[in-house]
This record gives sequence, structure tokens and C-alpha cells, in this order.
Amino acid sequence: MTEAGILRVIEPKWRTALSRLRQERDGIGGKLVLLLVVGGGFWGGTYILMERVLRYLKATPEVGPLIASKILGVALLAFVSLLLLSNLITALSSFFLARDLDLLLSAPVDWFKFYVAKLGENLLHSSWMVVVMAVPVFAAYGAVFDGGLFFPFVAAAALFPLLVVPAAIGAATTTILVNVFPARRIRDLLTIVAVLAAAAFVLALRLARPEQLARPEGFRNLVDFLTLLQAPTSPFLPSQWAADVVMNWLGRVADPLPLLLLWTTAPAVVVLGALVHRRLYIPGHTRSQEGGDVRGAERKQGRWLTFLLAPLRPSQRELLLKDLRVFFRDSTQWGQLILIAVLLVVYLFNISALPLNTGERLPLYVTVMVIFLNLGLTGFVLASIAVRFIFPAVSLEGRQLWLLRSSPLDLRGLIWSKYWTGTGPLLVLAVILIVLTSTSLKAPPAVLALSICTIISLTLALGAIALGYGAVYPQFETENVAQIPTSFGGLVCMMTIVGLLGLIIAIEAGPVADYIRLQQAGQRGGTAALFVGVAVVMAVCAIATVVPLRVAMRKLEAMDFEG
Amino acid sequence: MIRLTDLTKRYGTFTAVDGIALHVPKGQLFGFLGPNGAGKTTTLRMIAGILQPTHGTVEVAGHDIQKDPQAAKVRLGFIPDRPYVYEKLTGAEFLRFVAGLFGQGGAGVEGRMDELLALFELTDWKDQLVEKYSHGMRQKLIISSALVHRPDVIVVDEPMVGLDPKGQSFLKDLFRQFCDRGGTVLMSTHTLEIAEAVCDRIAIIQKGKIITVGTMAEVRSQTESHGQSLEQLFLKLTGGAELRSLDGVFGD
Repeated sequence: MTEAGILRVIEPKWRTALSRLRQERDGIGGKLVLLLVVGGGFWGGTYILMERVLRYLKATPEVGPLIASKILGVALLAFVSLLLLSNLITALSSFFLARDLDLLLSAPVDWFKFYVAKLGENLLHSSWMVVVMAVPVFAAYGAVFDGGLFFPFVAAAALFPLLVVPAAIGAATTTILVNVFPARRIRDLLTIVAVLAAAAFVLALRLARPEQLARPEGFRNLVDFLTLLQAPTSPFLPSQWAADVVMNWLGRVADPLPLLLLWTTAPAVVVLGALVHRRLYIPGHTRSQEGGDVRGAERKQGRWLTFLLAPLRPSQRELLLKDLRVFFRDSTQWGQLILIAVLLVVYLFNISALPLNTGERLPLYVTVMVIFLNLGLTGFVLASIAVRFIFPAVSLEGRQLWLLRSSPLDLRGLIWSKYWTGTGPLLVLAVILIVLTSTSLKAPPAVLALSICTIISLTLALGAIALGYGAVYPQFETENVAQIPTSFGGLVCMMTIVGLLGLIIAIEAGPVADYIRLQQAGQRGGTAALFVGVAVVMAVCAIATVVPLRVAMRKLEAMDFEG
Repeated sequence: MIRLTDLTKRYGTFTAVDGIALHVPKGQLFGFLGPNGAGKTTTLRMIAGILQPTHGTVEVAGHDIQKDPQAAKVRLGFIPDRPYVYEKLTGAEFLRFVAGLFGQGGAGVEGRMDELLALFELTDWKDQLVEKYSHGMRQKLIISSALVHRPDVIVVDEPMVGLDPKGQSFLKDLFRQFCDRGGTVLMSTHTLEIAEAVCDRIAIIQKGKIITVGTMAEVRSQTESHGQSLEQLFLKLTGGAELRSLDGVFGD
């Protein structure tokens, strides 16, 4: 008998991907064009932005390249932190809750091959988006600092071990945690992870103090500033080694140590992870199979919710209650909230740490840039949440759609329920975020009002876009909820939302800049243009809300449910 | 109560259901039989409004499921062959949810839920998440959910799969009593003894077409199978009655 190899273990995955490709071959042209347009726009935009910043820095003598190196270090640190969290959460699904586990564990598959196969699966699902985001960043570094023909290989050699390390650490940590906590307390476990991760992330960024780079006048002298720039962000972290590999190549410095550190640490971490897996995986898996319980407190909350939703029609009420219950009881779903929560904490913390309130009047371009950067980042955070939670809404009904379709529930009711369950909380969050950050940035009242109107319109639209794409590209057969947002549809959805965000900012930038210039010059006026800008944005968002909802409706009506 | 006219379902060039015409009157327990892949599940799913026919119509209680889906579905209870339910809901929450989908709620539903849970011996499990249920318990929960809104018509796909003998016997009685009180059941099953014992009429479908329909006596007469059991008749009509050598499977 020949023992099943790693390729055999992952065979169902790649065969599924191939069959899906084959099935979709007819419509692949349209998909490809969509991907090229949206993806190309996203990559192009990021590349142009990075390229401009880096060219400016390169032209700055002495400190420019040092700041560029520091930026890369901080960016890679942020990547690794997100990867670690993402791997930790995904490992719970890949290693403990996936549907193929019964088959794999009952087959005579070698434990190490199983571990490597699952680790690879985990790495792929957690990391591909980071890689997609890293490509234009590295490309810009290569282009500006004349990386040459071999630079892509150097970048890949720096990036690959950087993906492996958090994947192995994430999987091992999850395996240990599943052994320590009973399955029914996984939500407590994830809450602890969230708090620790947020704290660690904030701490890491605070240690790096990226805002100081923008404020060299805050240093006592040039030597202090140069000392900070030359000191590595975190000398013991792989992200710094990766940044060093890239910057050494670009700076023509012959130092193989960082590359050596990366390529020895990655296999070492995998081996350690394998040891943890060997000892703790089977007992952990056994524990994770226990069903969860409904707690007394949850029952009380359920009664309150039922009371609050009493005015709704029974079908709407029960659909809403069902969606909420399923969401909060499924740790693979709400566990993703951790990523978002960390992102929010870091974002709010950094906004409050920006050195804007020093009493000096800031130049016009800085004020306008900060306002739109804030709007853009808030929009980006909301887009991430929408893609994580609203996009999968249709897919998650998957195997249960027989029930909804065989009931007299109006599909319009289903769409509305899905839309408001996701968009309602998002609206509240959006308004809180924009008010908090705009107040922190001391935005003028008219700009605050504009930001609130914009973010409300945008949130309504992005909820609809996420739901629409979710209905057009459903993932009914997915084994892992966390993988739905990272599917083709999720990616295109995210890029579309980012495109809409860019369009909104482009529409509003002119009127806002004029208004602030007039305000700073002590003149009145500019309000009319501001109103027109908001009106145009609201019209654009209204179209971006109605069209996707109609598309979702039509798609659901025409859908055959085989599950 | 159920009327199918020229019902057709095609997937690309493959025809799963090919111009079926069928009438199941009120008060009748109708058995829908056929080999694997004959088109039973596809037909039942079209009747339940889950799949859209390529051609033809489905009427439930006089309402066209395509033109007036709400009115048709409110009279219908559908039991699928695979018990996929929301794993993260408790049994009671699931039943309440299904009743809500049919526009029902309040004390009446709570009472009916308790009766159904007791009937299917699930009372002790009603506050447990469905993920803890066995296959048979899930099947019982789905059957309860199809009854919670008091339908006039039940469309059921392979109801006996996963049920223990006691459960199967109970379900047989339940469907029989439901029809005796004026309800209508269209049941697809592979358990031919049950079909023979309880069904008023049967239809056998093969390759998407109905090859025979009627009472047991009528079917025997149509197929000149006097004195044969339903199993013998089924094998005669659908093929597979001959014994095959299994040396290739088990070795010499």
C-alpha cells in the first residue's frame, strides 16, 4: 500500500478549484475583464501613491532612504501582525472545524503530511490578500530604488518566510488554546485573543512611533532623528529582517544575515509547530467536537430581543433573530470581528496620536489631506466589515435555502432582512467612527456635517454592493465561513467599494479644499459648492445602493437551489 | 391538491424531468418511486418552489407555484431528503423560526411546538443546539417543522432515511392519519414495503418520465404483474432484477 502524500491530501481542494473554473469557463471572460479593471485600478492606485511618496523621499538627501526603510519596516510589521491574527482564526476552521476532517482523520494519512497540507491551506487562505496588497508596494520600492531584474525574486525570498512564520505560530497557538479551553468556551478564548492582540498591535506600533517620522522638528537635534531612523523597528522580528533583505538589496549592501535569519527561522517554526501538532492535535480535535451550549444569559437576551422586535411581522422578526443567533453562536463567523476590532482600536489610537493639535495652524493641503484620509480610512474599515459580514450573507444560507425557498417568505423580505441585519449596525458604527475621529481632528462643523452625510450614504451603498456581489458570486459549498470573503467575488466586491470610495473623495475634494481655504483666509462662502458636492455624492451612492439590491433580487429569483 | 402539467427540467442538454403530468387529489397518500437519478427529487423540489421548471406548471391547492408562490407555499410543508438545518439554533428556536416564515407566531405556535416535540420525543432536546442532534433527530426536527404551520399538503423526499424502526412506524401512521383527516401527501421513497403498505396510489418514474401510475392493483394490471410484490414489479419496470457476478468487487 502506498501512503497518501501531501498532494493527495489537498487533492479535493485543487480539484474543486479546477472544476469550478471549468464550470465557469463560459462566463470567465466577463469575470476576467472585471478582475483586470478593478484589480488593475487598485494595484495601479496603490503603486502610483507609493511611487510618489518614495520618489519624494529618495530626493530628500540623507534621511530620505532611511525613512523609506522605516516605512517598509512598519508596513511589514503591520502585515505580520494581521497575518498572525488571521492565521490564528483561520486555523480554528481549517484544523478543527472543516468538513473534510472526518475523511482525512479516518484515512491512513501520515500526521506530518496532514499537518503540512493543512498548514499550507491555512497559509493560502490567510495570506493571499496580504500578498496581493504587498505586490504594488514592493514594485514601487523596486522601481524607485532601481531594484533591477532580480528584485522580484529578492522580494519573494523576503516575503515567503514572512508568511510561513505567522501561519505556523497561528496554527500552533490555536492548537494549544483548543486544548486549554473546552470547545464551548471558544468564544471566551477568542475574546481573550482579541484583547491581547489589540494590545500587542497598539504596543508594537507605539514602539515604532511612525508619526515621529513626520515631525522631525520634535527631536532635540538631527543626531536624535538619525538615531531613530537608523535603529531597527524591532530587531528580533522577522518583519524587520524582511525589510532589511529588501533595503540591503536596494542599497547594494552585501549582508546575508537577514535572509539567513528568515530562512532558518521559518523552517524552525514549522518544525516546532509540527511538534505541537503531533502532541496536541488529536486531543484538541476531540475536544473541539463537543457541541456548544446556549447559556442562561443568552436566553434572557433572546427574550429581550424578541420583545424589542415584536412590532415586526413574524417572518421578518424570526429571520432577523435567526441571523443574529447564528452569527453570535458561530465562532468562525464572529471570530472575524477580532480582526476588525483590532483594526478599529489601532485606527482610533493612531488618529488620537497624530501631532495635529500643537496649536500651530496647519497648511491647507495637510488639513484637507487629513480629512480625506480619515474619510478614506473610515470607509476602508467599513468596507472590510461589509465584505467580511454582509458579502457572505447569501452564501451562509447555502444548504438551508431549501427552507426559505419552500416557505412563503417573499424574496424581497429576505433581501431586506439580510441588508438591514448587516447595514444597520454598520451605520451606527460608521457615524460613531466619523464623529469620534473628526472631533479628534478638530474638523470644522460644516466638514463634520459633510463627512457624516457622506459616510451614511456610503455605508448604505456598500452594504448593498456587498450583498449584491454575495448573491452574484455565492459560495454555497464552502467549508469555511472565513474563506467566503476572500473568494473571487469578495475580492472584486472590496475593490469595487474602494473604487466608489475613491470616486466620492474625488467629487468632494475640490469643494472641501475651497471651503477650507476660504475659512482659513477669514472669508465666508464655499458652502453652496459643498452642498452640491454632497448632493452629487448622495446621488451616486443612491444608484450604488439600488442597483446592487435589484441585481441581488433578480439573481436570487433566478437561482436553482440544489443543496 | 397537487397538479403537475408537462413539467420539465433541463440542465444544459441533460433532461432530468421530462414532461411529467400528474394529479394527486385531496386526502390521498401518493407514493413517488423510481431508481436513483430518475428525477424524483428534482420533481419534488419543483413542487416545493425550490427549483424553477424549464417548462410546465405546478399547482398546489389550486395556486400556481410560479405565478402565486406565497399562496401555494403557505399551504405546503416540505421535507427534504437531507436534513440541513441551522446548526447554531436550538430545536425550539428552529421551529419558531419556521413558523415565523409562514407568518405564524404567539401562543398557538408555542403550543403546537410543544406537541410536536413531545410527539417526536425531542422535548428534552428542545433547548439544545441542533449541532448536538443525531441524524435521526434532525430528520424528526425537520418533519416537525413541516407540520408546525398546519399545512394542507406535505411533499416529502425520502422520509425514512435515518429514522429507527419505531420512528418509521410512527411516521407511517402520522402520514396515514394526516390523509384520513383530509391532508395530502406526496412521498418519494425507496422503502417499497412502506409504499406498498400505506400509499393509496403510486407512480414510478424513470429517466425523467412517469412509466406507470395508479393504485397497486392498477399498476399490477397495467404491467401484467399479477401476484407480484411491489419490489418485484419495481425491478421488472426499472431493470436490475438479474443477478450479477461480484467477483470483480470481492476478488475470487
